[in-house]
Amino acid sequence: MIAHANKPKTFFVKILRQDGPGKPSYWERFELDYEPELNVISVLQKIAAKAKTANGQKTTPVCWDCGCLEEVCGACTMVINCKVRQSCSALVDKLLEDSREIELRPMTKFPVVRDLFVDRSRMFNALKKVKAWIPVDGYYDLGPGPKQSRDAQEMAYPLSECMTCGCCVEACPQYSKIELLQHSGESKDAYEARKTEVFNRNFVGPAAISQVALFNLNPTGKMIASERLDALTEEGGIQVCGNAQNCVAVCPKKIPLTMSIARMGRETTFNTLRKWFDRRGDSKH
Amino acid sequence: MGMADKRVLVVGGGLAGLAATMKLAELGIGVDLMSLTPVKRSHSVCAQGGINSVNDATRQLGDDEYKHFDDTVYGGDFLNHQPPVYEMAMWAPKVIDLMDRLGVTFNRTQEGFLDRRRFGGTLYKRTAFAGATTGQQLLYALDEQVRRWESEGLVKKYEMWDFLGPITNDQGVCVGAVAQDLFSMEIRSFRADAVVVATGGCGLIYGRSTMSMTCNGSAASRCMQAGAKYGNGECIQVHPTAIPGADKLRLMSESARGEGGRVWVPRTPQDSRSPSDIPEGERYYFLEERYPQYGNLVPRDIATREIFNVCVNEGLSVEKDRQCVYLDLTHIEASELNRKLGGILDIYRKFQGVDPCYTPMRIFPAVHYSMGGLWTNYEKKTSGPGLQPGSPANQQTNIPNLYAIGEVDYHYHGANRLGANSLLSCIFSGLFVAPGLETLLNNLKPGAAAADQPASLYEAASKQHQERHNNLLKQSGDENPYLIHQELGNMMTSAATVVRVNSQLDEAIGKLADLKARAWKCALSDTGSWSNQNVLFTKAMQDMFPIAEAILKGARARDECRGAHYKPEFELPGLTSDDPTERHHQAEAWCDKFEANVDKYLKSTIATCEGDDVNISYEDVDISIEPPRPRLYGLVGAEEISNVWKERTKKKKEAAQAAASASNN
Repeated sequence: MIAHANKPKTFFVKILRQDGPGKPSYWERFELDYEPELNVISVLQKIAAKAKTANGQKTTPVCWDCGCLEEVCGACTMVINCKVRQSCSALVDKLLEDSREIELRPMTKFPVVRDLFVDRSRMFNALKKVKAWIPVDGYYDLGPGPKQSRDAQEMAYPLSECMTCGCCVEACPQYSKIELLQHSGESKDAYEARKTEVFNRNFVGPAAISQVALFNLNPTGKMIASERLDALTEEGGIQVCGNAQNCVAVCPKKIPLTMSIARMGRETTFNTLRKWFDRRGDSKH
Repeated sequence: MGMADKRVLVVGGGLAGLAATMKLAELGIGVDLMSLTPVKRSHSVCAQGGINSVNDATRQLGDDEYKHFDDTVYGGDFLNHQPPVYEMAMWAPKVIDLMDRLGVTFNRTQEGFLDRRRFGGTLYKRTAFAGATTGQQLLYALDEQVRRWESEGLVKKYEMWDFLGPITNDQGVCVGAVAQDLFSMEIRSFRADAVVVATGGCGLIYGRSTMSMTCNGSAASRCMQAGAKYGNGECIQVHPTAIPGADKLRLMSESARGEGGRVWVPRTPQDSRSPSDIPEGERYYFLEERYPQYGNLVPRDIATREIFNVCVNEGLSVEKDRQCVYLDLTHIEASELNRKLGGILDIYRKFQGVDPCYTPMRIFPAVHYSMGGLWTNYEKKTSGPGLQPGSPANQQTNIPNLYAIGEVDYHYHGANRLGANSLLSCIFSGLFVAPGLETLLNNLKPGAAAADQPASLYEAASKQHQERHNNLLKQSGDENPYLIHQELGNMMTSAATVVRVNSQLDEAIGKLADLKARAWKCALSDTGSWSNQNVLFTKAMQDMFPIAEAILKGARARDECRGAHYKPEFELPGLTSDDPTERHHQAEAWCDKFEANVDKYLKSTIATCEGDDVNISYEDVDISIEPPRPRLYGLVGAEEISNVWKERTKKKKEAAQAAASASNN
């Protein structure tokens, strides 16, 4: 257990707030009574219940995203003391080791919905682009799947733990923010289509590349391996990666993202060459 | 009108909702999939241990589907409806095969087969698992398939929408739902030819539980307020092993015990030595001592009660000012632990800062699963046990065309759920409901489709919810919704979890009425119209009350012990005599009482909203496949009672056969 003998009676939390998309951001500071074993989620819950700033002014509860509080759903990612991570596993005792103040900011690579809540739909869109699924015939009973070695499972399992939390893309220098606001008079469907089109032209990011590695390992998933590699060769594909290796350093699940990227880099090259030779073969017919 | 014009609205994107969605899409039916969160973040991710089915290895040890069925209804203390449980057990191996084909990274044996572990309440290794994040892996496999259908245009997702209630036409048939966009706060109606609610459990009613922040029970409550019946509300599973926390009680999977974890306390109360310095002889392995056959893998309700008892009544908690016991894995190789349990051990390391490979974990029970939920129907096969596949009655609530599947439905787990059966019941009920919906949609009578309903019906429904929303924003009062939620949680936790006492339940029912009145006098600290979590939370909190009332009143009325529902006042005590004849008499008397109790209480509790009140009534449980028998884990005289019970059952069977042959002649 973490010692909390010399903890202060109170501590401060500074939060970068924003009332809505495209609105200016501003800081608000809150003061809370110290209790042992708090995490950032319980801090935000206390702030919501109190809805008062450090100097006693009434304010609105801070808006944030959370789900499981066990670091498996990926919802509660934010920038805490300049580090991107899940707020559920950010323990106050640890954060207070360096300072009496904790700083919370929304992720910078996604549009802010409100306060600490961001819209990560671009990451889910990337999973569509790379066909991150097993192309089974259907859901009728066709017996078990193919046998797989323990080694293969142990290689795939860590990749399958990716919770689309966004830490890797937040830390990635090649992944830049895309914020598109709905035009007046633009229908919701037209707006969604415009976003998809722009997302598809921009970097898919480490998480999606690693999912290609995962699905291309699976005996059935492999059957459309080249379609996934094609997606990684298009605009916004794997070539955008600048090999900064920040992604792997911040991944809360310690997914070997750079290994996935290196492997997919080689495979996309082979895939392109293979297609080039195949085309020459085709032209003979 | 073609099938593609008909639409089903699925509310909730956990295992059940996603399984239903993908199967409906395969059948060519369009689906609107609505969820409070991106479906990939649904609470199913928290399930750790695994998913059960009979398999080739257990089969050769004498296991079969019937035994899986039997373990499930015995574990559930016979409050489960047997035909659906039977059907589920028959499907279980196929469900796991399907998930294997969908790419779930199940652990493997060295030959490449699915590895299996043992879970509570059974003597067979039935449980397939993917590390200690099985729920996450299963959910992702289904999420991926649904994303595939989304790309093909058959599924449209409405993520970050809150279901506000079903819409019924003047025949009382469900023809859609009202929902609210969590960002823009827009309230609108959705037309749907059927609505499937797959919204999970209601743990947030207890304040802190092992459940995710979305599991507030509001969708079930909103269906109930629209006339749906709510079954067995009082049957709430308290998981024996969770890590206490300020914001949440984090689950420590049963698989920790499945892999050999041992539960103990020092024999000296609050022994100040480090656990590794306490010699074997001074450790009290209370589950192993009291339940030699099952050891640390007794069913959950029993493990929970024993841990509670050893801390609260026997004063043997490891810590002085906090209740907890040791869950010890330190006798197992760290490399093996990390391979099989890595995910959950990481949770402990991250949230407690201690490595369970070298130091025993400190755990205590926590609210974990709602066995109860929306009442659902089923159609039995005309011959043989099990259900009629493709029947539109399967999983339908009492509101026509409104369905419930997964944890929010009530009939699979009776009074207590076995470990690794929830993932199964969620996926099974999701897959199984789809062909029934296909039949329903193919046979809609003229004028019954959602497209045929007047626009005014949908406008009126949205308007009604818009008014509630607007009124709440305008309301003045001095109550704080977050503090009311805390009070509700504390009250429910002390009155309706491990041990239930009628005087406490009466008091809680009284307090609940006061608290409810206060819940409607909340003033909001945020009255804005963009991503206002304050107003959404307040609505969900207000809607907790009907379910809370169903739980408390159901518990108050059930004067017996059944599964997770434990009232010591009505416990049938073990045998006391050492004299064989007297002991036999006692066993006979015990069985008489047991039979009388079955007659009186082996009934589904049905809660319905009548105006502002929740009323309780009872329905018979379908026990047509396996007659109830006493659950005797650890009871003094269990063997004697069991013998008497077997004799009685045999005699009854013979009498029935004699009667049958007499009537045939």
